[in-house]
Amino acid sequence: MSRPSAPVKPAAKAVKAPPKRLVVLVATRKGAWFFHGDSKRKTWAVEGPHFLGHTISHVVLDPRDGRTLLAAAKTGHLGPTIFRSTNLGKTWKEAQQPPAFAAPTNGLAARSVDHTFWLTPGHASERNTWYAGTSPQGLFRSEDGGVTWAPLSSVNDSPQFREWMGTVQDGTPDGPKLHSLIVDPLDKQHLLFGMSGGGVHESFDAGQTWSTLIKGMEVVGGFDASNVSFHDPHCVRVSPTNPNRLYQQNHCGIYRMDRTGNPASDAWVRIGRKMPKRVGDIGFPMVVHPHDADTAWVFPMNGTDVWPRTSPDGKPAAYVTRNGGKTWQRQDQGLPESQAWWTVKRQAMTADAEGTPALYLGTTSGELWIGRDGGERWAHIARHLPEIYAVEVATLA
Amino acid sequence: MKVLVPGALRSYTRSNAQSHEVQAEGDTLDQLFSDLDRRYPGLRFRVVDEQGQLRANMRLFVNGLGVRDLQHPLKPDDFVAVVLALSGG
Repeated sequence: MSRPSAPVKPAAKAVKAPPKRLVVLVATRKGAWFFHGDSKRKTWAVEGPHFLGHTISHVVLDPRDGRTLLAAAKTGHLGPTIFRSTNLGKTWKEAQQPPAFAAPTNGLAARSVDHTFWLTPGHASERNTWYAGTSPQGLFRSEDGGVTWAPLSSVNDSPQFREWMGTVQDGTPDGPKLHSLIVDPLDKQHLLFGMSGGGVHESFDAGQTWSTLIKGMEVVGGFDASNVSFHDPHCVRVSPTNPNRLYQQNHCGIYRMDRTGNPASDAWVRIGRKMPKRVGDIGFPMVVHPHDADTAWVFPMNGTDVWPRTSPDGKPAAYVTRNGGKTWQRQDQGLPESQAWWTVKRQAMTADAEGTPALYLGTTSGELWIGRDGGERWAHIARHLPEIYAVEVATLA
Repeated sequence: MKVLVPGALRSYTRSNAQSHEVQAEGDTLDQLFSDLDRRYPGLRFRVVDEQGQLRANMRLFVNGLGVRDLQHPLKPDDFVAVVLALSGG
């Protein structure tokens, strides 16, 4: 993300090889379900529930082996943990040492992990490394495939970070989140994450030291944009084909950043200003095309007055840009035309990596949708699931 | 001493579905949960957080008396019940 001179070579847009075996991993408030697609992504075989009754924040397949799954879990009563499967969910084993904060230092208040919110596999060259973001906000790393987790004190015990994080009263309704953990595919030392709230931060030394990345980001009117605490990135994504390009869905708009090579000069540009005014540019998920850094999707919600957090006017739609945010097009074919008041959480929308990618999204009302041809035509994969927290699509080995 | 475990923890204890009871030792509730964790790895963290506090929706009863202080002393013939507090949705 920091070297504009060395972008990843884009893959060919038209891939003629037969589609691989895809699985959509759905994490919900009441368990996890997996949907196995056929070679044309037309029919889906459901597998589940896994962990029925457990709150599952995220399920992620390790792309480095195509078989290992990690699931972030808790229940209404029991504390948070991580479950791990090395056989695609046939059996699960609990982490021996789940993410847990260290004893307090620096005179800071003691904290306990409520739930692990976000899981990210480490760099391709670090086969057993994983990162986790928690609520309250904390950053953790595993170097043994998710069996044991260690806190990163450079974030968790930093008086500066703790000030930016605020308290649990300052965060989202179900707890402040450390999210959007990104490992630069070109540099395993280069990490980035977002905090809701508390800004965007990056490290060039594998998490020993950090710098903020908030220039250009707006805050709620009347507040000081130079104060990191006031920034609320909802979802940050990096282009798979050009790690020097970032996209962000924020509490205050949609942004793009093109890295200059000098982090101090890098600034976010509010590309959401080109969204239709009646829809606005507020939402939670952000998706980037797997092969085209100019193409990205959002799923707007109503962020006016009391923040209903529903589809604007009860008419859900994705919006796509194919030119880096200069223009946006509505994609609602197949979606409800009216009186649909669900929305999509920040981890619940994604794209597969096929030549012509399909989008996948899960709703707060428990519906799983596929957006064929890059979101042009939407159809149900499943209905009547619990509230969907996260959707990932993965390629099986 | 006898410890009554709730259904949500029986994936750890594999206890008899009829009795729901296991045996463990400790001079305090904190020690009791450490012993339970030795016998049933992972159990303690689901009940007691990393700062040594009983999790919000868990209740403990010692001989029928509700207790939250994990330093509460125990005797070998005490009966400890781990109970899920009402919390639904």
